[in-house]
Amino acid sequence: MRFTRREFLITAVKGAIVTALPMSAFKLLTPDEAMAAVKKTRVRWGFLVDTRKCVGCGFCVKACKLENEVPYDTPVTRTWVERYVILKDGKMLADTPMGARDGFTDQKVQEKVVNPKDIAKAFFVPKLCNHCERPPCVQVCPVGATYQTADGAVLVDRSWCIGCGYCIMACPYGARFFHPVYRTAEKCTFCYHRITKGLKTACVQACPFGARQIGNLKDPNDPVTITVLTKRVSVLKDEYGTKPQVYYLGLDENVR
Amino acid sequence: MHETYVHGLEWTVKELFTYPNEFIYWTIQIVMYPYLTGLVAGAFVLSSLYHVFGQKDLEDIAKFALVFSFALLLGAPMPLMLHLQHPERNFHVLVTPHFTSAISAFGIVFSFYTAVVATEIWFVYRKFFVEQVNELKNKEGLGNAIKRNIYRVLTLGAYDISPEALHKDEKVSKFLAGFGIPVACFLHGYAGFIFGSVKANALWMTPLMPVIFIMSAIVSGIALCLLTYIVIMEWQKMKIHRHARRHWHMTEEEVKGAEIDLVRKATKYLIGFMIAAITLELLDLIFRGYTAVKSWDILRSVIYGKDFRNIFILQYGIGNLLPFIMLLIPGVNLKRTVIALILVLFGVFMMRWNVVIGGQAFSLTFAGYMEYHMPLIPHNLETAKEGLVGALTVMILPFIFFYFFNKIIPSLRYK
Ligand code: SF4
Ligand code: SF4
Repeated sequence: MRFTRREFLITAVKGAIVTALPMSAFKLLTPDEAMAAVKKTRVRWGFLVDTRKCVGCGFCVKACKLENEVPYDTPVTRTWVERYVILKDGKMLADTPMGARDGFTDQKVQEKVVNPKDIAKAFFVPKLCNHCERPPCVQVCPVGATYQTADGAVLVDRSWCIGCGYCIMACPYGARFFHPVYRTAEKCTFCYHRITKGLKTACVQACPFGARQIGNLKDPNDPVTITVLTKRVSVLKDEYGTKPQVYYLGLDENVR
Repeated sequence: MHETYVHGLEWTVKELFTYPNEFIYWTIQIVMYPYLTGLVAGAFVLSSLYHVFGQKDLEDIAKFALVFSFALLLGAPMPLMLHLQHPERNFHVLVTPHFTSAISAFGIVFSFYTAVVATEIWFVYRKFFVEQVNELKNKEGLGNAIKRNIYRVLTLGAYDISPEALHKDEKVSKFLAGFGIPVACFLHGYAGFIFGSVKANALWMTPLMPVIFIMSAIVSGIALCLLTYIVIMEWQKMKIHRHARRHWHMTEEEVKGAEIDLVRKATKYLIGFMIAAITLELLDLIFRGYTAVKSWDILRSVIYGKDFRNIFILQYGIGNLLPFIMLLIPGVNLKRTVIALILVLFGVFMMRWNVVIGGQAFSLTFAGYMEYHMPLIPHNLETAKEGLVGALTVMILPFIFFYFFNKIIPSLRYK
């Protein structure tokens, strides 16, 4: 049989398609990958902070430092609580001594004694990494040591981080720092080692007032999801386009 | 418990409301890094002016600028190494580059640019290498033998120095000189991108950053080349002078120092690029003030308040305006040029400082400030690396490199 070039090409293409088809079909049906795909879409960790319930005791900060072995007496911390005092003349004062590890024991704010009569409103705002949907910290890491897991947590690989600090610069929330012992980028992990085992994060567990909650935003029956969907929630600094996944109840325009 | 060290705590002074994790994380070495790559790019552009644009009167300085650029280039990774918390892991950038990051390209851009410059040097000096091999053939002594072997390796076995071959060399080096300009600009422009793309930083984030960086880079590169050229040439002249006076056999005419015509010509380019750089910087400033977005209040308080001395007096005043006037007033002589060049270099350094350190002078809360106190006398590794000692090391290193390069590939002709 003699083949013209044209015929040969047609046969070759046909052959390629015929062999490729079942391969791709097989690929689609790989049980492992199918499982992974389902898994990928089943969990998205999210966090809910109800600032109206926070009294600034700092138990969460304490618990976090101990749980995650961030040296206790250093100012750096994975989570912290801010105190805002808005005066009647509109002036805003705020502080977070030692990240509020020991709560707020001093009446002075920013070294100033404030007369209670001058205060228009005052409140506390717990902060932590927002595990952003579009995290700039992950984007800028030159070696891929900072990454996002399929379930949305943003983590750092301590064995791979070169300590350039680019991610620290890129986070608009000040959530990152260098670990005082390992000297690698460090941040809140949503206690990944706990939540993936069905436990709550250390801070959620430590909060006596239920101001903090962790949940799965992909589960419509999760209390966090229900609140996020049905209540008026907000996030921090959405103008940066980072899509934060820590939602707040009762934020104020003064909150930074 | 392990020893703890909070990076940044030692040299950061915080004021008003800042987040607990905020410190000056990017310090003097991150000022030095763009300063150095800027000098590299500038020196290369200066050398290319002769090769590509046929500026014949720049011939003398072109070769020197090329070799000097190479010396600076080899010093450029140094500040990054001193900055990293884990310098021993630097190769991670090469093995797992994460390409959405501006820094990840460093390894690739840097090696590529090094290859381009090294190749150009080779083509420019090939004839010289071959000549040296031939010349040293009949000379006695171990030193000469070693030297001859070095040159033999450097020729890479290409001994053809017929006019045709040399003509080809010239063509290739001309091409490389032209090709190197965009690469050099890329190497440095991308350093600007590292800052300009950080959206979290209100001072850094502007698309003008890479362009501003390139312009000031060329300014600093030309200034440093000119300065080094003048100093070395004049020093040679002085040396020969003294020698002549002692031995009475050399007349003054035989000794030539730096050529004022060449210096004047190069200064013209310097002024041109200076104007471009300042225009862009002012445009950026005016634009920020005019659009006055959320961050402007804190930026204004930093630019016109806390950093006023650094920005308007040291950078624009002493670093730009003063040398500008000095170079424009007719009758420029060497002495005045030297002073102006030093001021220009200082001005570009201050610009880098005001970007890197100034960008961290305010808190992400927009309600507080941070101040960097550069460690002068080190008391541990960290304060040595990220203090005055580290900065000086980084600055001196390229000159040491150049000294050794110049032994093998003399780039300055002492007439
Ligand atoms: S809050 Fe900061 S560290 Fe956390 S994911 Fe967002 S950008 Fe990254
Ligand atoms: S400090 Fe570490 S995690 Fe952060 S960008 Fe650099 S290498 Fe990546």
